[in-house]
Amino acid sequence: MIEIVARTLQVSSSAVIIGATTGIPLGTFLGMKEFPRKRLVLIGLYTAMGLPPVVVGLVVYMLLSRQGPLGHAGLLFTPLAMVLAETILVTPLIAGVTMAAVAGVDPAIREAAVIDGASPGRVGVMLLREAQFGVVVAVVAGFGRAISEVGAVLMVGGDIEGLTRVMTTAIVLETRKGNFELAAALGVLLLGLSFAVNVVLQFLQPAPDASSLRG
Amino acid sequence: MSRTDGGRQAVLTAKPSRITIFLIAMAAGAVLVGPSEGGPAKTGRLILATTTSLADSGLLRILLPAFTRTHGIRVDVIAVGTGQALAMARRGDADLVIVHAPALEQEFVQGGYGVMRSCIAYNTFAIVGPAGDRAQIGRARSATEAFARIAHRRMLFVSRGDGSGTEIKEKEIWKGAGLNPRGEDWYLVSGAGMGMTLVLAHEKQGYTLTDLATYLTMRSRLHLALLYERDPLLVNQYAAIATNPTRVPGVNFAGAAALINYLVSPAAQRTIADFGRGRFSRSLFTPLQGWCPE
Repeated sequence: MIEIVARTLQVSSSAVIIGATTGIPLGTFLGMKEFPRKRLVLIGLYTAMGLPPVVVGLVVYMLLSRQGPLGHAGLLFTPLAMVLAETILVTPLIAGVTMAAVAGVDPAIREAAVIDGASPGRVGVMLLREAQFGVVVAVVAGFGRAISEVGAVLMVGGDIEGLTRVMTTAIVLETRKGNFELAAALGVLLLGLSFAVNVVLQFLQPAPDASSLRG
Repeated sequence: MSRTDGGRQAVLTAKPSRITIFLIAMAAGAVLVGPSEGGPAKTGRLILATTTSLADSGLLRILLPAFTRTHGIRVDVIAVGTGQALAMARRGDADLVIVHAPALEQEFVQGGYGVMRSCIAYNTFAIVGPAGDRAQIGRARSATEAFARIAHRRMLFVSRGDGSGTEIKEKEIWKGAGLNPRGEDWYLVSGAGMGMTLVLAHEKQGYTLTDLATYLTMRSRLHLALLYERDPLLVNQYAAIATNPTRVPGVNFAGAAALINYLVSPAAQRTIADFGRGRFSRSLFTPLQGWCPE
């Protein structure tokens, strides 16, 4: 059981870390920069935010299948395959929410930084700090999507005991076997896990006073 | 103006971002739990795709540890429907399968995808339903007659509808009865596994075809009676088939062959024969020593 909880945390936090390191810079760029065809990019991003997990699972399965383009790597039915599928699901979500938070920062703050002669990268970092509250929401939402994911991880992980079984797939298994009480207990445990992660997140953040809510 | 000042202030007094701290902490956490995974060794990995009915019965958990001890090969069991298991093997994603749909198995072997087809055990399918049995299938002389009685009385029947071996058997019985219930308002398709389908039949007090192992495992929580199981047509045989390495390159044939040889060995067959005796006071499977009746 501890092993399943550890693997659940490992897989979803790995996906969130990869998703945040790519999604936050991407969202910041989209939030502060205007460029031609931006609307088209945004439509693409919004669509990706709602990607159906089973479709992602199927595509990753076909990619990693022995007959697929990445088949020789032998990654199908491994925790890495699950991280890959979850990363595809959480990255657009983190990028989208980050973008909204950065775009909502008071324009005067950005102008001030530009007047100070800050480089675009420096301005981005500064805007991110101003939008910190929204960025935390982005990471929390990404983590929520990753830890609650079941369709894609079942497909590409296979729910193998001791290797790719996570909380959600264990709940599916116990429900299928008719062990509803155990399945429900696992559900409560999963909820507790999510709660614990969010408690940690809240303590890492400054209190939501006026200055951090601004923008 | 004051807002602009606030912005400058933010630039000047910027502390390390808490988000960065969080990400670093999570990365550290991921690394810390990391070594608990052995990580699948590419060589020696053996993937067995099998049906949910067999996986959920718990038989493999009793059979496989002895194999892993003697051969040093870890078996990764993936529980899916028979149709999906065979499709996985065709793509090279499973090294062997244990399935229960003779017609599909023969097609799989004749297509050159499978070798060493060996029946390891059988049990029976059973028709379960409300204890009142208003269709009186308990009096039927055959499985097809039992189905015909259900259709005649238009009693609710729940079908798996998921391409499983159980559904294929069910279709076979309807065909034998000369009936096609698809689309009838008393014919419900669950699209789910055996356990969920039994729960659905229990909630709606309908009839369904089930494998014996899943039914016996769940019987205590279901208001469903075992109504009919005597008919050679209801034999439910499980066959192990290795994926053919010449047709599907890259599969672990040596491991698959070793596992099949183990499953039909006297020791494993004894374990199969005894399985369930303590818990259900009847054994769940009858050994077949590799021989396939069909």
